[in-house]
Amino acid sequence: MKKTTFILMAIVSALFLLSWILKAGSLSGETDNYILQGFLVTFSAFLTLSVLSFLYADNPLYKFAEHLFVGVSAAFWMCMGFWTTIVQNLIPRLSDGLSKFFEQQPQPGDYNFFFFIPVILGIMLLMRLSPKGGWISRWPLAFIIGTTAGLNFVRYLRSDFIKQISNTFVPLLGTEWQGIGHFFSNLDLSASGQLVAIAANWVIFLGVFCGLIYFYFSKEHKGAFGAASKVGIWVLMLTFGASFGYTVMGRISLLVGRITFLFRDWLEIIS
Amino acid sequence: MKRQIPLFITFFVGTLLIFSVFIPPMETWGENFTLFFDIIAVFAFFLGAGNLVRVHVGKLKKRKADWGFSIVTLIGFGFMLFVGLLKIGNPGGIAADVTAPGSWFQEMFNYVINPLQSTMYALLAFFVASASYRAFRAKNREATILLIAAFVILLGRTPLGMLLTAWIPDSLSFFQIPNMAVWIMNSFNLAGQRAILIGISLGVVAMSLRLILGVERTYLGGDDNG
Repeated sequence: MKKTTFILMAIVSALFLLSWILKAGSLSGETDNYILQGFLVTFSAFLTLSVLSFLYADNPLYKFAEHLFVGVSAAFWMCMGFWTTIVQNLIPRLSDGLSKFFEQQPQPGDYNFFFFIPVILGIMLLMRLSPKGGWISRWPLAFIIGTTAGLNFVRYLRSDFIKQISNTFVPLLGTEWQGIGHFFSNLDLSASGQLVAIAANWVIFLGVFCGLIYFYFSKEHKGAFGAASKVGIWVLMLTFGASFGYTVMGRISLLVGRITFLFRDWLEIIS
Repeated sequence: MKRQIPLFITFFVGTLLIFSVFIPPMETWGENFTLFFDIIAVFAFFLGAGNLVRVHVGKLKKRKADWGFSIVTLIGFGFMLFVGLLKIGNPGGIAADVTAPGSWFQEMFNYVINPLQSTMYALLAFFVASASYRAFRAKNREATILLIAAFVILLGRTPLGMLLTAWIPDSLSFFQIPNMAVWIMNSFNLAGQRAILIGISLGVVAMSLRLILGVERTYLGGDDNG
């Protein structure tokens, strides 16, 4: 270890200890577990700052946070899968003894012999770790692929194809037609007005149509087809711009959340 | 046989699930198979965890670069697994939800996973800023449209957007930036997303058919495993 790294680690450790002591002191009147709570808040702030330190350069603190995240997340999802799927959904269907052990309440008719199939396939999947029996894991993989393909075939046709097309056919002269006089007398530019709603419906109808034309590559984009394709590009650019802006706002709000944690929960500078 | 049986399984399961939609007594099969899928996915988590341990133990044994951080991964993994599988500190005991408030598992989520995850995503805000510089240069018409849409959405979601255009009367409230942002999200954004979704759905349907019919076989891997 380099001398500078060693000094840096010593400073960080000293600051961590100092922060822990101060935080525990400030929490002593509020909670019984103030030493543990003080440690957790300090550790959380340390991890936040470690990740943010990547903005300067890749460094040991960031690597520490990154490696910890990988290990803890893997175990988190494994435990969640074990308790919510294996214990809650599988065990009551297979064994009364195990259900009692895990204090689960099996419902009448829960027992289902067929649920041994995913268990056997799951064990076969673990054979992937074996150097010689790796091919056995292809069977559960084939089951997963078959299930995904079969379910997605119907699901995507229904919800993302038929339903989306159906929802594109929207009324282009307002949702409630009450005659031509009423139509023209209600054309104002208020955000909740009829004109704005009608314009949105036109944009949806033509936008989807032109967007799909842009994605159709079997015909050369020339003439009227090319013009529609061009409009499709504009619609897609507006979509990407809007999505981009939305994503930026999401990230900024997460950053605000972390900064708030540092200044309110850790340093107690703001209330 | 090592390739033919998996191909048959994919064909059988895929076809069965498609036909189950049309045959009322088989309608629940889709739900059961989804549950089967979830159960096998949990075993896949075990597989992934096993692989993670194998990789990091190997790194540790061979003293590869940054091997010290592998210890952090293994300790983090082991500790989280210990508190999660044994429900340490869970006020409701073994019968309670694993994420019950007060359990060590939940505390680890609140004070380790959550800050790490949200800060990692928050970090992207800074990188997005540099990406915006490249994206927001109005080099051509398309880039200008993207710039305007992003600008309106960004401004519309902040108090500044409202402040700048609050003077616009209600009869012209469409031109208030927050309203324009909402309108763009509900019209242009919706239309573009829908066109993309329809394209994706056609792609998924085509890929599903290729998988079920055995045209697409890459998921079986190479021949080195037999």
